[in-house]
Amino acid sequence: MAQYLMSVFGPAERGEFGGYSSEEEMTQAYADTGAFNQRLRDEGYWVFANGLAPATTATVVDGQGAEPVVTDGPYLESKEHIGGFWIIDAPDLDVALKLAADGSKACRGKVEVRPFASE
Amino acid sequence: MTAVDEAIIRVHRTEWARVVAALARRFGDLDLAEEMTAEAFAVAVERWRADGVPPNPGAWITTTANRRAIDLLRRESRRDDKQRQALMLYDDPSAQPHGVIDDDRLRLIFTCCHPALAMESRIALTLRMVGGLTVAEIACAFLAKETAVGQRITRAKSKIKAAGIPYRVPAAEDLPARVGGVLAVLFLIFNEGYLSSDPAQEAVRGDLTGEAIRLTRLVHALLPADGEVAGLLALMLLTEARRTARVSASGELVTLGEQDRGAWDAALIAEGHALVRARIAAVAAGQGRPGRYQLLAAINAVHTSARDVRDTDWSQVVALYDQLAALDPSPIVALNRAVALAELDGPEVALALVDRLDLAGYHAYHATRADLLRRLGRSVQARTAYDRAIELAGNTAEVAYLTRRRDQLTPK
Repeated sequence: MAQYLMSVFGPAERGEFGGYSSEEEMTQAYADTGAFNQRLRDEGYWVFANGLAPATTATVVDGQGAEPVVTDGPYLESKEHIGGFWIIDAPDLDVALKLAADGSKACRGKVEVRPFASE
Repeated sequence: MTAVDEAIIRVHRTEWARVVAALARRFGDLDLAEEMTAEAFAVAVERWRADGVPPNPGAWITTTANRRAIDLLRRESRRDDKQRQALMLYDDPSAQPHGVIDDDRLRLIFTCCHPALAMESRIALTLRMVGGLTVAEIACAFLAKETAVGQRITRAKSKIKAAGIPYRVPAAEDLPARVGGVLAVLFLIFNEGYLSSDPAQEAVRGDLTGEAIRLTRLVHALLPADGEVAGLLALMLLTEARRTARVSASGELVTLGEQDRGAWDAALIAEGHALVRARIAAVAAGQGRPGRYQLLAAINAVHTSARDVRDTDWSQVVALYDQLAALDPSPIVALNRAVALAELDGPEVALALVDRLDLAGYHAYHATRADLLRRLGRSVQARTAYDRAIELAGNTAEVAYLTRRRDQLTPK
């Protein structure tokens, strides 16, 4: 078993419906993602998952100097940011890619699959 | 070349993929499999020259590569632990659903052509791991820097390991899509050899087309019931059969209609036709519907059945393009269909179809328009179209052909 990070990307400016086109779509995406999360738990893939507050709420800290330097905003300026992520346990990349496809459909976003370095 | 050298080349051709694949399965490490197989062949060159070719050369290579791998793993005790874990992982049958066909070489092909790898990486990795080409040979074939190709292969192997790309034949429900991915890699290798896009390269390179055919033959032998694999093999054979007739002594592209059909390779055509007939019979018996490669093979079978271009059954060609267009509504298919339709309904009808296509950046679009306009006697427009086609075409033989055609236009 290997662990994979599945990150969901979405627009930096989320707008009225949290980045979704309408309230119905937002509600449906939450419901679908909830069902997908339940499936991850039932089938034993689940490690952790959660959605993130908008990137504008992020703070960057550089503690390498004598005094920590604190900067408002995300580390990288971008039109799209990570909006949430899953950490899953999967036997191989093929399984992870299939789960990512289902997760992407559920949350209505592109998903980046990346293995953790640890064995 | 000595008999021993010839034997080594022959064994390299037949056994390389088998040995790499078997080692990869046993040790769960593509890097190790590739290195130890290469080393076994290097040892063979030395030993066989001194002691003669062993009675079973393939087994000799396998044994030598395996021994070298085990020796290396014993020496690297730190690595040994990881390898033992890898071995357990790969040899645990419960850990992986069984694919429909179990062959180490097929596993290797599916791993090298995995959709999570970039297309260039799949091509380089397939040619190296399955085809047994050296990094220098691959770099030369694609006019790339050797270091760049080497890096690409190393990165792909690291990703396979780190991301956990599995070493197995996909499950039945995933097989058609994954076979499609493998065929796309093989077709790209073939096409690069057949119509090199690089002006600095020879127009047609038999080394690459030959390698693509060899790999496709292997996949066909491993998946004989797959219609699209048979279709791609037939398509390649029927295309390869015309290779020598396709470029003139002066290095100019010779179009299908102007080729010396006596120079076509009759054996390759017979083999291609037999594959197409077998697929037609299978489809008639209800075993699947013809996909893209089978239809392209059938179109090429119609062309290669005509002893003279005037004997070509154009209505059959157009009917096959209709089927293809239903499957693949791309403008490139529509363009090729229009070329065939010009023979049936005349250049005016074809030109009306071509003018509707959104292919302004594609040299074949302008070459087709130029030819149709020339046949309609519209020289001024034809010249403009030839100019644009020449500008966009990369292949040297094609540029030579288009230039001659343009310069033959009667000024009006």
